[in-house]
Amino acid sequence: MISGYLARNGLESRIIATIVLILAAGIAVPVSNLVLDPLHPLHVPTYIVALLGKYLTYALLALALDLVWGFCGILSLGHGAFFALGGYAMGMYLMRQIGTRGVYGDPVMPDFMVFLNWKELPWYWYGFDQFWFAIVMVALVPGVIAFVFGWFAFRSRVTGVYLSIITQAMTYALMLAFFRNDMGFGGNNGLTDFKDILGFDVQADTTRAGLFAASAAALAIGVIVTARITGSHFGKLMIASRDGESRARFLGYRPEMVKLFAFTVSAVMAGVAGALYVPQVGIINPGEFAPANSIEVVVWTAVGGRGTIIGPIIGALLVNGGKSWFTGVLPEYWLFALGGLFVFVTLFLPKGIVGTFQAHIGRGREKRKANRAEDAQTPSGAEVSPVGAE
Amino acid sequence: MVERADTILYLDGVSVAFDGFKAIRNLSFVLKRGEMRAIIGPNGAGKTTMMDIVTGKTRPDEGDVFFNGTVDLTRHDEADIATLGIGRKFQKPTVFESLTVEDNLSLALAAPRDVFSVLFARGSAKRAKRIDEILETIRLGHRRWHLAANLSHGQKQWLEIGMLLAQNPKLLLVDEPVAGMTDAETEETARLLREISATHSVVVVEHDMHFVRELDVKVTCLHEGSVLSEGSLDHVSSDQRVIEVYLGR
Ligand SMILES: Nc1ncnc2c1ncn2[C@@H]1O[C@H](COP(=O)(O)OP(=O)(O)OP(=O)(O)O)[C@@H](O)[C@H]1O
Ligand SMILES: [Mg+2]
Repeated sequence: MISGYLARNGLESRIIATIVLILAAGIAVPVSNLVLDPLHPLHVPTYIVALLGKYLTYALLALALDLVWGFCGILSLGHGAFFALGGYAMGMYLMRQIGTRGVYGDPVMPDFMVFLNWKELPWYWYGFDQFWFAIVMVALVPGVIAFVFGWFAFRSRVTGVYLSIITQAMTYALMLAFFRNDMGFGGNNGLTDFKDILGFDVQADTTRAGLFAASAAALAIGVIVTARITGSHFGKLMIASRDGESRARFLGYRPEMVKLFAFTVSAVMAGVAGALYVPQVGIINPGEFAPANSIEVVVWTAVGGRGTIIGPIIGALLVNGGKSWFTGVLPEYWLFALGGLFVFVTLFLPKGIVGTFQAHIGRGREKRKANRAEDAQTPSGAEVSPVGAE
Repeated sequence: MVERADTILYLDGVSVAFDGFKAIRNLSFVLKRGEMRAIIGPNGAGKTTMMDIVTGKTRPDEGDVFFNGTVDLTRHDEADIATLGIGRKFQKPTVFESLTVEDNLSLALAAPRDVFSVLFARGSAKRAKRIDEILETIRLGHRRWHLAANLSHGQKQWLEIGMLLAQNPKLLLVDEPVAGMTDAETEETARLLREISATHSVVVVEHDMHFVRELDVKVTCLHEGSVLSEGSLDHVSSDQRVIEVYLGR
C-alpha cells in the first residue's frame, strides 16, 4: 500500500525498499519491546530501544548533512549546531513540563533560573509550555539561522575549505554562548531531569517505544524529502552547481540560491533529529555544539557513502553501533579508531560503502540502458539525416 | 559608423588590466543584429577575455559594453546576462560531467531559472521533443543516457553547442568550437553554425583558418587587446600586419 503510493510518486525501488524497511523497524522494535515476554529471544529490552532510537536520529542528521555535502558539495562542519538547536527547543518544552515537580517547585521557572535568583521567565522561554510552539521552533530556529548564515556565506561566494571553517566557527561560537549561565539555557549543565512529554512519562517503556516509532517515521520522511529533492530537476541543478558552479551561472542559474535552499532544508532536518534525540537521551547540554560532534557526522556520512541516500543512514548506524561496542571494550581508543576509519575510507573507499557498491551495479545499469537506447535509435538514425549531412 | 541602437553587441573603448598587464586595450567591437562574426588572432590576443567581459565574468576597467543597443552589461552579473539572452561556449569544453547528456541539455533548456520554479518543474512533452531535436542535430542521440564525462573531446564540444541551442539565446559566443575535431566534424560544425546564424547573432573565435573560411563571414583580427584588422577574410589575411603577427608564423 505504502510502496504503491511511493512508486506512483516516482521514487526509485531502492529508496522505496529503504523506507519500507525503516517503517517496519519502527513498528517491529516497539511491538517486540512492549508485547513480547522479557525472556522471549526476540524481545528487545528498553535500553536497546532507546539506543536504537538515538541511532535513528543520528541517521537523520547524517542524511541532512548528505543533502548539502553529497549533493551540493558544501562540506558543513557545523551541522551538529542545527541538531543541538532543535534539541534545545525540545528541551525547553520538556523543562516547562516539569512545573512544580522541580526541586524548587516553581510552577513556571525551571530550577536553574530559580537557583540563579532570576525573578521572571526570559521572553524567549515564552510559548515553550505549548508542544506545537516548541515543534514550530524546532524547525524554525535552525532553519532561520542556516538561512541567514547561508545568505551571507553563499552570496559572498565563500566555498570549499573556507566555508567548512566558518561552519566550524559557527558551532564553536554557539557552544561558548550556550555555556554561559546568563544566556538562560542552563549553562554547562544544560537542560535535564525531564518528567513527561505530551503527558506521558519520558521514562516509561511505552513512551520510549513511541519515541522510537516517531524517530523511524521522521527518518522515513527525511528519506522521502531527500529523494524527492535530489531526484527532481532541481536535484540535477544541485549536482550542476556542485561540479560546475561557474558554468551554471553562465546558463543563468544562481548556484548560491540553490545552496541556500538545500542548506536551509538540511538544517531543519537536523533540527528535527535533535528534537527527537533529546527526550530519548534525557539531556541536552552545550557539549552537543562541540566541533568534534559535527566532524563525527561527516565521518558517518563518508563511511556510508555521500551523494547516496541510503549511505549516510547505513554509515550512521554502523559507526555508532561500532562506537557503542568499542567504548564498552576500549573506551580510551575510540577517537583513534574513528580517525583511522576516516582515513581508511578516504583512501580506499572514497565513495563509501554504499557508493562503492552502487558503482558496480550502476555501471551495468547505465550500459544496459544505453544499449537499449542504441538499439532503439539505430534504425531511425540511419534514415534521418542530421543537419548538414551530405 | 553603425548606430548603437542597431547593434546586438557594442563595445567601445574597453580596457582591462590584470595586475598591470593590459589584456584588452581600448577595444571597440560592434556586431549588428543577426550578424555572424569570426574573430582570429594570436594566443593571448584577448579573444577569450573579450568574451569574459561580455558575459560578466570580468569587469572592464573602462569603456562601454552594451547588449541589444540599450542594456549596459557592466551593470549585470553572469546569471543576469545569461538570462538576458547571451549564451557562451567555453574554449575548454565545459559540461556537467557527472550528469547525463540528456540532463545537460535539460538544464540548459530555456525555462525560468529561480529556485522554486526549478523545484516544481515538471517534464513536458514539449521539452522532451526539443531535447530529441537537439540530440539529433548534435548527433548524440545514441549517447543520451551516458555521463557527459565519458564523451570524447569533440562530442563534448558538440554537447556544449547543443546546450547553447537549448538555451536559445539571442547572442551566441562560441570560443574555439572545432578544437579536437576531425576535418569532417569541423565542416559539419561550420554548417551548423551557419544554420544557427540564420536566426541568431553569433561571435565565433577560432584559429582554424579552414573553418573560418567555411563560415564565410566578416572577420576581426585581435592583437594585444585591440583590433588589428577587420573585413572579409581575404582582406584580413592579406593585411601585412596580420601576416606579421599571426598568419606568417
Ligand atoms: N583572469 C586573468 N588573470 C590574469 N591574466 C589573464 C586573465 N585572463 C586572461 N589573462 C591574460 O590576458 C591575455 C589574453 O588572454 P586570452 O585568454 O583572452 O587570450 P586568447 O586570445 O583567448 O588566446 P588563446 O588563443 O590562447 O585562447 C593573456 O596574456 C592571459 O594570460
Ligand atoms: Mg582563448
